Amino acid sequence: MRFLRLADRNIKEIYRDPISLLLGLFMPLIMLFLFSSMFKLAELDTFSPINLTPGVIIFSFSLIIMFSAVLLAKDRQSAFLIRLFTTPLTAWDYILAYILPFIPFALMQTAVCLLVGALLGAVYQQMIFALLVFLLMAFVCVSIGMIMGSLLTENQVSAVGSLFVVIISLFSGAWMDLKMVGGLFEKIGYALPFAHAVDVARAALKGTEFKDFSHSVFILLIYTVSLFFIAVASFLYAKRKK
Amino acid sequence: MKVQKIKPEATSAPAVVTHELVRHFGKRVAVNGLNLEIQKGEIFSLLGTNGAGKTTSIKMLCCLLQPTSGTASLMGYDIRKEPDKIKEIIGVSPQETAITGHLNTKENLLLMGGVSGLSKQKSRDRAEELMHFMGLEDRKDQTRKLSGGMQRRLSIAMALMADPQILFLDEPTLGLDPHARRQVWEYIEKLRNDKTILLTTHYLEEADALSDHLAIIHEGRIIAEGTSQELKKRFSKMQNLKINTEYVPPQLPDMLKNKYVEHVAYNKGILEISAMKIDIYAVMDILRAQEVKINGIYLQEASLDDIFIKLTEKEVQE
Repeated sequence: MRFLRLADRNIKEIYRDPISLLLGLFMPLIMLFLFSSMFKLAELDTFSPINLTPGVIIFSFSLIIMFSAVLLAKDRQSAFLIRLFTTPLTAWDYILAYILPFIPFALMQTAVCLLVGALLGAVYQQMIFALLVFLLMAFVCVSIGMIMGSLLTENQVSAVGSLFVVIISLFSGAWMDLKMVGGLFEKIGYALPFAHAVDVARAALKGTEFKDFSHSVFILLIYTVSLFFIAVASFLYAKRKK
Repeated sequence: MKVQKIKPEATSAPAVVTHELVRHFGKRVAVNGLNLEIQKGEIFSLLGTNGAGKTTSIKMLCCLLQPTSGTASLMGYDIRKEPDKIKEIIGVSPQETAITGHLNTKENLLLMGGVSGLSKQKSRDRAEELMHFMGLEDRKDQTRKLSGGMQRRLSIAMALMADPQILFLDEPTLGLDPHARRQVWEYIEKLRNDKTILLTTHYLEEADALSDHLAIIHEGRIIAEGTSQELKKRFSKMQNLKINTEYVPPQLPDMLKNKYVEHVAYNKGILEISAMKIDIYAVMDILRAQEVKINGIYLQEASLDDIFIKLTEKEVQE
């Protein structure tokens, strides 16, 4: 269980950086308040609390991509990982230690957004299923972060991470109905996992039957498993290269 | 101090042995046939300029890099076949200060204890011991706020957490001011005989002050090896002639170099000449012929610096 000691260190690294913590928790809330106030003015269905909350949660995970990528890139660029590579830690110890600390953070983001969504008027149905979808997406985002952190420098991570924030913002369907926009926009959106995650979470929270969104769940699972293995391969590549 | 001592083993086999160790990076040869033998409990310095192959050598011995060819063993464990065993007996303080900035001193030490497999209680006891031993205070401050010297001492303490038999210190005082450097030396000195230490440095005085044995590495190859005294003795015939003069004709260094000496440099009014045995009269004749006005002259025996510069002259000039 050596990975727990490294995971504990990573948790401290994340939670002792108050700016990141506040940004990760409060930025989604600001978005939630901002767009729900637009719902009051325009009554667009996308901005209703039950639709908006899952979208904001998936969007907030884009920050997890940034945080996990920066943590790993920083450790890789400093000699800290070199020091660790001379200890008896195994490859799986590193992988678990760099993934697990972000899961509680994602759950915290999810809980805060769901709570605020409920206060704004959302009524949730299949909460457990929605939570599982959010958990899958948290894994997807940490895996993307790990891939970036393994292959890019800290400066590159900031640039590429910002790109992911934009991609998730545009193509997750959090703020707009991709099917309504249609065309290339819709195709790109549904080629990525984010829009599927938003759709499934919305459907689950509204109590829609599983068969109506099983296709999206399948795509999400494929993305989760594939990205996890790519993340592991990237880390092992970075370890060998170091 | 209460650092656990390694039990002297009955066998007198060396702690570290390398044989014709080679590492290529593409076409570049970073280490070119490294042969070393480091005895148990000694401090061994690998001395060389930047890019000489010191860090690459350490990385191979720590199983961070696979050698291109050659063999090496640590406490009898083969670096190619038994990296897991080796990782259990070594501690490494890398060139950069590899600490976790958001943790405090004790947390950094506990982390290393944890990842090395020590129990929580043993980690806590060992961390207390090492903080006392290395003069580190149990402060709540995050270590990113500590001075460079304190960070470096913490880095060494982290390498000692698992009570390793062999300690690798890669440029342990790089970038420190002279006061902080000497403090780090004092703590390394305290480990003498308890641990086998391989340290790399390009500070000659550091190697001179700390090492039982030292080797000068140049272009990936050991070019001289022995104790500091042995090296000085071996090269004792080398002399330095320093001449205080305001002007040196441009052709003079080449004239001297071609005929009498091995190293000539003119800097800030001092003409410096090194050779195994300087023929002062011959040098003076040339200086007179070139109408060089001599304000002062003195001859000195070689220091470790002179030996190092002479042996690595090609690289220094480059």
